[in-house]
Amino acid sequence: MSRDAILGGIRRGLRRGPLPEDQAMALRARLAAHPRHLLPARTRLPRPALIEQFAGYLQREFATLARVTAAGDVPGAVADYLAAENLAPVLVMAPHPALRALAWSQQPRLTIREGRAEATDVIGLQHGYAGVAETGTLMLPGGPERPTTLNLLCETEIVVLRASRIVGAYEEAWDLLRAEGGGGMLPRNVMFVTGPSRSADIESVLELGAHGPRRLHVVLIEDDPAARD
Amino acid sequence: MHVTSPQFKQNADRAMADVGLQTALARTQAGFPARRAAAVAALPEFEALREAGKQIKDHSLAHLDFYLDTFAANVERAGGRIHWCATAEAARDAALAICQEAGARTATKGKSMISEEIGLNDFLAANGVTPVETDLGEYILQLRHEPPSHIIAPAFHLNRADWEASFRAAHRDLPADRVFSERRDILAEARARLRAQFLAADVGITGANFLVAETGSSVLVTNEGNGDLTQTLPRVHIVLASIEKVVPTLEDATTLLRLLARSATGQDASVYTTFSTGARRPADPDGPAAYHVVLLDNGRSAMVGTEFQDMLRCIRCAACMNHCPVYGTVGGHSYGWVYPGPMGSVLTPSLIGVDQAGQLPNASTFCGKCESVCPVKIPLPNLMRHWREREFERHLTPATLRRNLALWAWFARRPAAYRLATRAGAAVLGILGRRRGRLAYLPLAGGWTEGRDLPAPEGDTFFARHARAERQRVGG
Repeated sequence: MSRDAILGGIRRGLRRGPLPEDQAMALRARLAAHPRHLLPARTRLPRPALIEQFAGYLQREFATLARVTAAGDVPGAVADYLAAENLAPVLVMAPHPALRALAWSQQPRLTIREGRAEATDVIGLQHGYAGVAETGTLMLPGGPERPTTLNLLCETEIVVLRASRIVGAYEEAWDLLRAEGGGGMLPRNVMFVTGPSRSADIESVLELGAHGPRRLHVVLIEDDPAARD
Repeated sequence: MHVTSPQFKQNADRAMADVGLQTALARTQAGFPARRAAAVAALPEFEALREAGKQIKDHSLAHLDFYLDTFAANVERAGGRIHWCATAEAARDAALAICQEAGARTATKGKSMISEEIGLNDFLAANGVTPVETDLGEYILQLRHEPPSHIIAPAFHLNRADWEASFRAAHRDLPADRVFSERRDILAEARARLRAQFLAADVGITGANFLVAETGSSVLVTNEGNGDLTQTLPRVHIVLASIEKVVPTLEDATTLLRLLARSATGQDASVYTTFSTGARRPADPDGPAAYHVVLLDNGRSAMVGTEFQDMLRCIRCAACMNHCPVYGTVGGHSYGWVYPGPMGSVLTPSLIGVDQAGQLPNASTFCGKCESVCPVKIPLPNLMRHWREREFERHLTPATLRRNLALWAWFARRPAAYRLATRAGAAVLGILGRRRGRLAYLPLAGGWTEGRDLPAPEGDTFFARHARAERQRVGG
């Protein structure tokens, strides 16, 4: 069988048989402990600086940002963004309880459908699970409340994120998911998104809007008391 | 893929006369190093992370059997399937069988060097499954029936006129008088074209940058989003990955990801870094119903425990070729197979044989730049030297070279004769080049002097000068 041939070849190279049980136990312990390696200093900043760094890197990577002081301001911020960009106010929204709880009815301009994105959808509204300040990145684990297609199919993706969910390092984002996720198994899809899609395949010149969204807009809810001056 | 590595010299001659290629090389060989340098300068921990990355890969390789088994078990726990493939042929068969089982007519593809290595596209097409490359660079190469010339920028060698001509020739249903006034117009046409393919495909095939044993995940890094559309929309997702891609944990993968984008494109992070784990869960609104990992050996397990094991640390960032003066002169196609540049010069002889690829490790100035930028510290020049030695041992080196080396060795083992010969040589060359101070032609070294002059010796050898200086020092 191929598996045995491949593993046998590796073991011949390593000049040993299958790992002795004590060594296998040590490796299983390493997997269970999943130790961190060096974390860059830029992930260890005080919270206000961390949030500013997140905002800075996010925009450097060609995403746009709107900051609101309370969740109640999100529908207005979304409507304003679409108006300013001259985009038709028709959205497909992630069926996430935090998004559903918002007062969308106060924005009669908006037409909203809930669910996954289809090929015909132009604007997607996604729920941000966490932000990684290290690189200005959004962590978007897929699932019933956060369809993966919302990250990919629409020309414009809007992500609503709470500042209290911004962490310094990717490792901290993984720890959030491990603590809150479903019992030791990752969601089928975990995306880290840093800016809108792009390509430099034509003459090594960067162009935005390859196969994924052309625009990425983040509405940040400033809900983190530790981040206020 | 047709191998032209034995014709490296002829390939290189042709490449150096190719004006379009030289324009493209001038562009990229300046851009990539500058962008990498800026990203590295912005992260003070980069050097320490290189060491951490090396250690993670060394640890993974020292326990590769254990981690592969753990990875396989966790893929199956998450509802996926593993296909262990010892050879390229087995991997092709496995991928085709999955496509046929799914009744697939088309398969969209993310960029995968393993796919190139096993020659998957031609095989699928010959068996009734149409492969559609969706990475922008790979897409145009498929239209032009060309192999990639770079492992992360596969079509860097093409210029805008090539893009326009290929698109006009391939997309005949679009108005012939349409204008491509900017690069953006080319990109927009590809986006519209491929969107329909993404939606229609039955199977999506991607590579993997890493495999994570702890969770049974494959990790895919892209900027375009094509890889994610490929692995999200079709009913079936096939991951093509070689065995050395496995690392233990999410933390290990995360550290390597800090190195990858910076070393490759000079980005802090690529736009999309996606961890895929198994098939769609019952409550998921989207994603593939089936998830397969085709795990390829194809000669890699035989590298474990040899001096070439270090090469299995490679994370395919392309920093070595982006900084290589040889690659920068001859481009990727000259190397004659899938993997070009310094990493290719080490890996290719391992995978297709030193008899086929022996010229590649000789195509190096040993300047050491590749090793100095490698994010996992692979001693590339040393490994190329090992291949040169193996090639020599197996009598694959050309006869003239062997004769001249033997002649040099005879003198080198006889210091008195060596000194006499070099003294005579230096004196003769000194007289010949006295007038101009340099020599434009040397008998037996015409190839060397064709591109540059040799400064004429000033009539004395290093030995003689050193001895004189020593006598003065002792005497004084």
